[in-house]
Amino acid sequence: MRPTKQFATPPRRVALFVTCLVDMLYPEVGLAAAELLERHGVEVVFPYEQTCCGQPAFNAGFRDEARALARRYLDVFEPFVQQGMVDAIVAPSGSCTAMVTHFYSVLFEDPSMAADQQRAEALAAVTFELTEFLVDVLGVTATGARLEGKITYHASCHLLREMGIDRQPRTLLANVEGAELVDLAGHDECCGFGGLFSIKNPEISTAMGRRKCLNLEQSGADAVAVCDVSCLTHINGLLSKQAQRIRAVHIAEILNSQVDVAETPAEPQRDEAASSTSKPPAEGGQPRRWQDVR
Amino acid sequence: MPTAPINLHAPYKERIHDALHNKNLKTVLNRTVGRMSASRVAAMGAVDGEQLRRQVRQMKEYVLRNLPDLLEQFEANVEANGGRVHWAQDAAAANQILLDLARRHAVQKIVKSKSMVTEEIRLNDALEGAGVKVVETDLGEYIIQLAGEPPSHIVAPAAHKRIEDIAAIMQEKLDMPPTLDAEVMCSAARASLRREFLSADMGVSGCNFAIAETGTVCIATNEGNGRMVASLPRVYVAVMGIEKLVPTVEDAFLQLQALSRSSTGQQFTVYLSMTSGPRQPQDVDGPEEFHVVLLDNGRSEMLARGYGEALMCIRCGACLNVCPVYREIGGHAYGSTYSGPIGSVISPMLAIEASEAEKLPHASSLCGACRDACPVMIDLPRLLLDLRSHYVQQGVPPWFERQAMQGFLKVMQSRKLYETGGKMGSLGSNLLASFNGGAITFMPPPFSAWTKTRHFPPLARKSFRELWAERMERRKSISGPTSDAKRKPGEG
Repeated sequence: MRPTKQFATPPRRVALFVTCLVDMLYPEVGLAAAELLERHGVEVVFPYEQTCCGQPAFNAGFRDEARALARRYLDVFEPFVQQGMVDAIVAPSGSCTAMVTHFYSVLFEDPSMAADQQRAEALAAVTFELTEFLVDVLGVTATGARLEGKITYHASCHLLREMGIDRQPRTLLANVEGAELVDLAGHDECCGFGGLFSIKNPEISTAMGRRKCLNLEQSGADAVAVCDVSCLTHINGLLSKQAQRIRAVHIAEILNSQVDVAETPAEPQRDEAASSTSKPPAEGGQPRRWQDVR
Repeated sequence: MPTAPINLHAPYKERIHDALHNKNLKTVLNRTVGRMSASRVAAMGAVDGEQLRRQVRQMKEYVLRNLPDLLEQFEANVEANGGRVHWAQDAAAANQILLDLARRHAVQKIVKSKSMVTEEIRLNDALEGAGVKVVETDLGEYIIQLAGEPPSHIVAPAAHKRIEDIAAIMQEKLDMPPTLDAEVMCSAARASLRREFLSADMGVSGCNFAIAETGTVCIATNEGNGRMVASLPRVYVAVMGIEKLVPTVEDAFLQLQALSRSSTGQQFTVYLSMTSGPRQPQDVDGPEEFHVVLLDNGRSEMLARGYGEALMCIRCGACLNVCPVYREIGGHAYGSTYSGPIGSVISPMLAIEASEAEKLPHASSLCGACRDACPVMIDLPRLLLDLRSHYVQQGVPPWFERQAMQGFLKVMQSRKLYETGGKMGSLGSNLLASFNGGAITFMPPPFSAWTKTRHFPPLARKSFRELWAERMERRKSISGPTSDAKRKPGEG
């Protein structure tokens, strides 16, 4: 496992690395992630300069282009961390997090880029995937979410095999009130997205995805939770085309669904299933959730 | 649906298409690959599999670091035992060595034990072209030889054949009475192979590993055919890639352990045939002559180019069995002797016939299942990524792709372009989706590759950053300026 920073006191502020796909396609996922963090006593900062981590270029073999975007990422997020404005960086995506924590080191492995490598390592140590941050850093095991129905979990490849994260999302899902977590055959098999792979090898990609959809159908679940919107886009794209009922939903939305925000514990509590509805006191008695304000 | 064998020389796209639409292939792959994968998991779980992987990895790293010395040590020991070592730079040289040996001994018939390296150099074609009869004696390999096809899996050559297909081939070629009884079919093959063994002049095998300290060539089989090949005919020739060495006898058993458990899920293969030299005066049997052909064929260049990790491969096929791509398309669609993830890495680098091998590094979603299954912990996704990068440097990707990547970079490097692009994309995609119930069902090429089988969602009407800015505005109006507003660098 990669060396991550051990926090002496719980982090109070994080920068949200929302990822370009969430930013442009699924803003509701980003907002759900931010609310989840805020309800657990973490203030969320959004660096507006952020764009893409460079993964599409890296996976396609365009290393120079990927390096340019990697340096840009470092330039954008480094000041926030260095100046102590945030304690950590959190992203609602396994593959984008893995890009920063695992593949930047590949981009900068040439000894002539030792300085960049050092910067990348420093940021990698404080960059976390959302469920990893909630469970491993904040010690949360339940988020107080309620959801009636059967859910299952698809382990996205980079999250599972690069980051080694599997227990964390499953723990959080298991503690969603009212939801039944059902098994998924081939839960750890690739959905066939693979970035440009889905365009370069559309037939193989589709065959892999259809196998995933068949397993989803047979699981009897109403929804499948995923930690990456890339898998979500592929799975839902296939399910929608096939007019299937089941859909993939980002885990942040599930963990943030129907949370009772009326309860306001005095202090954000950690490590306890029952305390997961904790949040900072509502400001001035006004509705706090963005859905309520709109 | 077509059921004919995949044409290895067809264009990449056609091969993939044919494989995906071959119903028989789908049925047999689901069964075979699933079963082999489950056996591996059980067998590696029965011991400390992780510890075993670490040990084999360590040993193979040592071998690569000391390859020149070990090769010389091996050569000296083989020759001291009375064998001969031949060095072959490429396939042509290796085939010529075999041909010369066959001519010198007036060989009419050669029996072979299953070997990927001789497939790699197309040895059978070279020998048959010179009028020598070649008989494959591994059952799976024998079946596909009868069918006139190359192997589709590193350890299970006939993995693409259903029992019905095999029965049909044997009825036609061996005059076997109609049956689907596997035992009867095996007996028919056995009877026919026995005659070949007894009349063969030369035995040829590959090599699972060779021990440097003793000059011993080891072949692991489950049918005993390897032992017959190595001991019955007058002359025995083993062909091996230069990376197949292990330093000591202990290392050989370590590798056999990893190989057996990872390939077929056995503790050990049924047979392990070890040949250290020709028949000695006190021996009752064995070949009169023993030759080893050490083949390079692009291997030392792989090492020099930084892809040495791929030379640690012990050819167990575990990466094929867990690969979600291999499971869909099988081995032949790769168009090379070596298929699956390891095939996608080494096929473009070895000097072998493989049509459009530069496309193979992209025939992977980089899911990483292969790396987790590999008994030598080869980082196959990393090697595939490195090859992709190599091809970009060589200017292989088409003009359109390179331009698109530059455009992508330009947009992502500027917040302004990124936000404007997002806005325009949102307007355009929502318009497109409005015709089709909220989903994009058609896009122009090359994105039609997506929409042919999948919908795509339109971009959000308001991006996260817009919603976030609005949210912060509201907060300001509720409780004064928030720290976030003060903190964001510059604007927003």
